[in-house]
Amino acid sequence: MITVHGRPIALFRAASGWFALDNTCTHQGGPLANGILSEESVACPLHERRFELSTGRPIGHDCGAVASYPVEVRDGAVFLGVPVARAQEGGAA
Amino acid sequence: MPSNGRRRSTQTSGEPIVIVGGGIAGQALCELLRERDPSVPIVLVSAEEHPPYDRVNLAELLVGDGGIEALRLRPDEWYADQSIELRLGKRVESLDTIERRIELEDGSGIAYRALALATGSQPLMPPIPGIDKGGVLPYRYPSDTSAIAAAAESAEHAAVIGGGLLGLEAARGIQARGCSVTVVHLMDRLMERQLDSSAAGLLAPAMEELGIDVQLERQTEEIFGNGRVEGLRFAGGDELRAELVVVSVGIRPEVTLADLAGIDCNRGVIVDDRMCTSEEAIVAVGECAEHRGTVYGIVAPIYEQVKVAADTLLGREGEDYTGSVPWTKLKVAEVDLVAVGNVEGDGGASTLDPSTRTYRKLVTRGGRACGVILLGNTRGTEGLLEAVRTEELIQDPLARLAESAEAGPEDLPDAAQVCDCNGVCKGDIVAAVRDQGLTGKQEVMAVTRAGTGCGSCKPLVAELVQIVGGGGEESRYLCACAKQTREQLAAEISEHGYQAVSEVSEACGTGRDCGLCKPALAYLVSEINDNRHREERGARHINDRVHANIQNDGTFSVVPRMRGGVTTPDQLRRIADAAERYEVRMVKVTGAQRIDLLGVKKEDLPSVWRDIGMPSGHAYAKALRHVKSCVGTDFCRFGIGDSTKLAIEMEERWEGLHTPAKVKCGVSGCPRNCAEATVKDIGAVAVEGGWQVVIGGAAGATVRKADVLTTAETPEQALEAATAFLQYYREHGEYKERTYDFVPRIGLERIREEVLGEDSGARLRERFRLAKAAAAARDPWLERDKPYHPSQFTELGTAGGDGESVVGPPEGAAVALVGPPQGAEL
Repeated sequence: MITVHGRPIALFRAASGWFALDNTCTHQGGPLANGILSEESVACPLHERRFELSTGRPIGHDCGAVASYPVEVRDGAVFLGVPVARAQEGGAA
Repeated sequence: MPSNGRRRSTQTSGEPIVIVGGGIAGQALCELLRERDPSVPIVLVSAEEHPPYDRVNLAELLVGDGGIEALRLRPDEWYADQSIELRLGKRVESLDTIERRIELEDGSGIAYRALALATGSQPLMPPIPGIDKGGVLPYRYPSDTSAIAAAAESAEHAAVIGGGLLGLEAARGIQARGCSVTVVHLMDRLMERQLDSSAAGLLAPAMEELGIDVQLERQTEEIFGNGRVEGLRFAGGDELRAELVVVSVGIRPEVTLADLAGIDCNRGVIVDDRMCTSEEAIVAVGECAEHRGTVYGIVAPIYEQVKVAADTLLGREGEDYTGSVPWTKLKVAEVDLVAVGNVEGDGGASTLDPSTRTYRKLVTRGGRACGVILLGNTRGTEGLLEAVRTEELIQDPLARLAESAEAGPEDLPDAAQVCDCNGVCKGDIVAAVRDQGLTGKQEVMAVTRAGTGCGSCKPLVAELVQIVGGGGEESRYLCACAKQTREQLAAEISEHGYQAVSEVSEACGTGRDCGLCKPALAYLVSEINDNRHREERGARHINDRVHANIQNDGTFSVVPRMRGGVTTPDQLRRIADAAERYEVRMVKVTGAQRIDLLGVKKEDLPSVWRDIGMPSGHAYAKALRHVKSCVGTDFCRFGIGDSTKLAIEMEERWEGLHTPAKVKCGVSGCPRNCAEATVKDIGAVAVEGGWQVVIGGAAGATVRKADVLTTAETPEQALEAATAFLQYYREHGEYKERTYDFVPRIGLERIREEVLGEDSGARLRERFRLAKAAAAARDPWLERDKPYHPSQFTELGTAGGDGESVVGPPEGAAVALVGPPQGAEL
């Protein structure tokens, strides 16, 4: 689990590639990074609510989707794309 | 006797239908009336304080500590929702059939348009000298059960006069309270109305095993004692000491009110085929009613009578009541029993098997089915009940019996009535499962109302739901996605020598789709390979990855091993220090007699374990949890055996091994059983001459009393038998199947054969030793120094803003976090 700008994000390395989802389960806030992986999904360790790794969509329940983030592997490094607040107008650097 | 076709009650507007009597019949009438007429005002008047409750299961109040609330037929809100007025705790003093009015004991009166008498019965208290002494109690009302339960606590010995259904129930309840009891019965066999001598003969050893003494052909002539009972004196001079006497010799219909009002009564209130009394506008149902000379003392006919009575009360046409075939379905001395109709006939056939304690009999009269007794094996009850109801012509009784023993619910025709109380047939249940897609027994019961009356058809409903839902013999899948059972997978793993979960997934597709079966698969792989498998933590639940119990906020709980619940000041200090150092949110003593530190962060786990320096208590695992103990001969003045020693040995011998589901154990130093060993998965109780080993108990959401596996002479022998059972369970239990399901599923006899057999038991213990040898070296908390994986206890880290570096890349890949390009938005 990685915290980016105060947001906990679960990073997964599955057989089919790297995925990243909001760590907080939409059911009762469990840590998805501690969940059980399958080829396409992760199950929350608290109450086994499942989410699609590639999209964060809920599987078999209606508690809502978790946000998913794009992950890229480039030159042996893993890059995670996280939205940040718009930079200050006219701000430099 | 009133004739049929009597003028129906005239409907006066406004006045309610009044039901006198708040028992099962009164309640059933409320329900049916409301179902048929949503608007007619209904008032239920009962002399009892409690709203209608399930008297059939009154014994539950004796055996357990639950209150009358558990037996309520409907919650309070129901009466308000259904616009049914309840007047409780009010006896009806008089009934004026001319004015159509009743007067209650508090002086208030209720005018009625139609009235139903459902006043039930009173327990018979025969005119035996001394019957009014203190400690001599009837058994009919909740207040009786409270009095009996209280008296059983202090009495040395109890006697129950009357060996019928209720008497045996009372005896069982008294015995369950720890008081020894003798049942004395006039006749030469117990339950002579329902059972013949062969069946009654099978019941006797069952009662003995429960510790209930039975004396037949005993006529009580006097109850002696000084103010309070001290004993019984029988014809012939023999005596029996007893400080508690329960009188259960029969019931007589309660007809006082009807009689005083001038309504025709015999033994009961006489009714015709429309359940109408000699008074227009008044019906009688249940135990107080006499129809064609018969008064029924069981619950089954009530529902048939109530259907007709409801029509009569509402002034509607309907089918006549032509009498009921009496039948009961119950458990006596832990044995299933079904008794139907008349056990006296002139023909029939029976099968008797003393080893399994089963007895099945079909009685015929004039070649037609007239009675059935099924003891121990009650398969085919519905079909046989139907045979008696329809007076089926039986060519070959033995064949018919055999055929019914093979019959399962799938053989029932759709029109066969499954629930008599609510008139639900098999087809209704099938439709609920198939068309509405209902999957659970509770759901089906709620929707169809099957099983919500007397409840005796619940097992059949459950079976049907399973059969119809599963489309055949229900297979329990380890991996539901790939439809693989544990047996199938176990065979594959053994055959191909798979060592890891990924190998199995590769080959069988199990665990690929949703991943939820991976922990079950991991257990199977480890068990088949005697723990010498290739561990893949990714296949495990987080609890088994970090050896701690995840809490609802993502922190973990730490429970060190405290064998037998025994600790030392040094251990306590270390635990206390760790609790302070790591600022745990709560330190709590668990039900398993050990200490829990709650609120530990994942990354602190290794340090906490190091500081405490005690091995893991496996409180998070599907493994042996604990062995609860009470002090035995070490300290206790009642101690018969050294229970703490055995408990500690047991915990040492079994700790660390995974099991299909958690295993909780207990060892008690004497039959007072302060360690509650009889509601544990595996327990031992010191008794005179040895140790009783028990299995399959539970005291959680399910409460089950453990079965006796065996009684061993020495603690070592007890431990050996228990170990063999533990291994048998490890090898044959379904993942997540607790022993309280496993033991009844396999059957105690089969388990005893496998576990207690000299060869088979030895082989089980050998396999156990093999598995333990591999696990023993590994207290999982030693991973504090040698983690299974570098990032086992870590989060990856934080990035953005404070620019901290990342900790521990996963699987060798380098991870770098780089901020977004200047001014870019994602």
